Amino acid sequence: MSEFIAFLASSVAPSLAATLAPILALIRKELLAIVKDPASRAILFAPALVQSLLFGYGATYDLTHAPYAVLDQSHGAAASELLARLDGTGVFYRATTLTAPRQIAEVIDAEAALMVLSIPPDFENRLARGQQAPLQMILDGRNSSTAGAAAGYVGAIVADYNKTRTGGAGITVERRAWFNPNLESRWNIMPALIAALSMLQTLLLAALSVAREREQGTFDQLLVTPLTPMQILIGKALPSILIGLIQSTIIFLVIRFWFRIPMNGSVWLMYGGLILFNCAAVGIGLSISALALSMQQAMLYTFLLIMPLMLLSGLLTPVRNMPAVLQIATYANPLRFGISIVRRVYLEGAGLADVAPDFVPLLAIAALTLPLAAWLFRNRLA
Amino acid sequence: MSPASGFRRRFTALLRKEVRQMLRDRSNLAVGLLLPVLLILLFGYGLSLDVQNAPVAVALEDSSPSAREVASGLQGSHYLAPVWVNNMAEAQALMRAGKVDGIVRIPMDFSRQLAAGEARVQLLLNGADSTTATAVEGYVGGALGTWAQHQADRAGGKPAALGSVLVVQRMWFNEAGNSTWYLVPGLLVLVLTLIGAFLTSLLIAREWERGTLESLFVTPVRPLELVLAKVAPYLVVGAINIVSCLLAARLLFAVPIRGSLWIILLASLLYLLVSLLLGLFISGLTRSQFKASQMALLLSFLPAMMLSGFVFDLRNVPVVIQLVSKILPATHFMSLIKTLFLAGDNWPQILSNCGVLLLYAVVLTFATRRTLRKTLD
Repeated sequence: MSEFIAFLASSVAPSLAATLAPILALIRKELLAIVKDPASRAILFAPALVQSLLFGYGATYDLTHAPYAVLDQSHGAAASELLARLDGTGVFYRATTLTAPRQIAEVIDAEAALMVLSIPPDFENRLARGQQAPLQMILDGRNSSTAGAAAGYVGAIVADYNKTRTGGAGITVERRAWFNPNLESRWNIMPALIAALSMLQTLLLAALSVAREREQGTFDQLLVTPLTPMQILIGKALPSILIGLIQSTIIFLVIRFWFRIPMNGSVWLMYGGLILFNCAAVGIGLSISALALSMQQAMLYTFLLIMPLMLLSGLLTPVRNMPAVLQIATYANPLRFGISIVRRVYLEGAGLADVAPDFVPLLAIAALTLPLAAWLFRNRLA
Repeated sequence: MSPASGFRRRFTALLRKEVRQMLRDRSNLAVGLLLPVLLILLFGYGLSLDVQNAPVAVALEDSSPSAREVASGLQGSHYLAPVWVNNMAEAQALMRAGKVDGIVRIPMDFSRQLAAGEARVQLLLNGADSTTATAVEGYVGGALGTWAQHQADRAGGKPAALGSVLVVQRMWFNEAGNSTWYLVPGLLVLVLTLIGAFLTSLLIAREWERGTLESLFVTPVRPLELVLAKVAPYLVVGAINIVSCLLAARLLFAVPIRGSLWIILLASLLYLLVSLLLGLFISGLTRSQFKASQMALLLSFLPAMMLSGFVFDLRNVPVVIQLVSKILPATHFMSLIKTLFLAGDNWPQILSNCGVLLLYAVVLTFATRRTLRKTLD
């Protein structure tokens, strides 16, 4: 195949062919080294599928069927109606019905319920007398975000209930959400995974590629071939970028066709962003690879980087919530911009003009790290 | 020579070799000790689910005093940072550009509607960031509710014929609902998972690749001795990390440690052991450094971050995902450590979670031993 391409190329432009042919041969060799046995192939492609399914269902901040418990000491009609409204939302399900106050601590401690609603004996009477009737809501704060969400739901249901009782006056908030009508966190997290999951593996792939050859001594041989460092760089970088794109595609297909999250923007623009993002990530990986003396070291440095890259990317917590200093640090993080491009193009239907500011840092990171890696290939060998 | 002294002799010899190997490549040790410090700082200062000063555009189309009062009510909270705009077109442009997270529109007929009893306020949110959007919705709703309450109090007029329900909220274990409190205990889990994955996952694979494991076959060394000698030095490194995480949680971030410190230390050591053994097992199973490092990433780090209950509440996910997460040792340790930090000693939970971890330690030890059988295939 590569001979054929070389032949074709030589008939068009001999000088170009002389440059391209050895690169193509190198790329072919690299790809073979990565996917030559079934186990390696499986490791590169199966996880993308499994993870996107698992995380698609598991990674959510939304309450969907949150367990709660009730201690109803009033046994009145008002309490029943309120609880029926709660059960009717589909957000909560009643895990247990308690009979004594001491059981509250038991179910919360054992994580059997996210919250307990305690309705005092005089609840019904107070309401009938026109007084305020306190309803106690005990939340498990070990996960403060679900606790906060649960409190919000209960508050809204109770407010609604009060309004129907007292005739209602005041302000109604009419909420409409752009790009994600039901505010599902899956819509927010899954597109980010198109960039995040593939980056982890391509970074590691690139980091190990040169380190492995150095450990096995074959990198010296590569350096004495007529290949220039730039040619070696391209030969090493392209296979990783290609594999990253295939992984992203698998995740993208799962999100689009299994989870049916509608895509508003241009697929081409998203892929343009992903290619640039992969170049930046692979540039970092190859620089690590050139610095590391062994595969062990390459892996160590990669793992050292992966955590900050993940945490400071906006994947799990919004970048805007971070302190100013760390927000500046995220400019060196390709994942932040990769996620931003994919999310904005996918969900918001952003055009090139909208996401161009995200392209610039990626371009800068790629333009810095790729030549750095090429330079290190030669200069770290002595 | 008794079998016991033979074991001791071979074990100490192997241990000495492993310690030397660990110390020789300083990068290993440096990263092992540097990573936790880096993560501690990032967790404590960088990660927050608490939305503050979220920019929202306020389009005030009604210039009546009551409308203005409602709008200015949004200004009081430090959760929202209102941006005043003249019309909806301007507001929508800001939202498209990602400059604001939401738009509050107070329509032209607001005061007229209010006089009639019920007024509408429109809230537009950018759902692309649903976490922030949900928080902003809560804050706006809260601010408007407070204003309506004030208004009703001021009016003071007609007493309600029927009473209303008042929600008295009590957040146990984390009264302020501070997300640092729930993220920092998870830090310990992530650090120990990573330590296990990256310190041990290449140890056996490297020896297979270099052929040094085969040369051990001709010695009287037994596979179990090899497993123990490889894990032991890294237990010490991991123990240092446990202590630094605990100190940081307590001193830097003032996260309460309500359970017994000894149980926390013991449980952490147990999880560290499981984590190191998992790395070692992956190493022995794959026999290749490349595959081992990929597997370590896929089997330990990613699931620990996404499926262990670190940020996503497992009580709220489909049963299948709950079952998958139960397979992970990290899930059991995550649940235990959050309880020990924030709630206190809960013995049924301590015993069951530690029991599971212990089971993992035993199973992984023997599974790893099997990968080291003296066969050449």
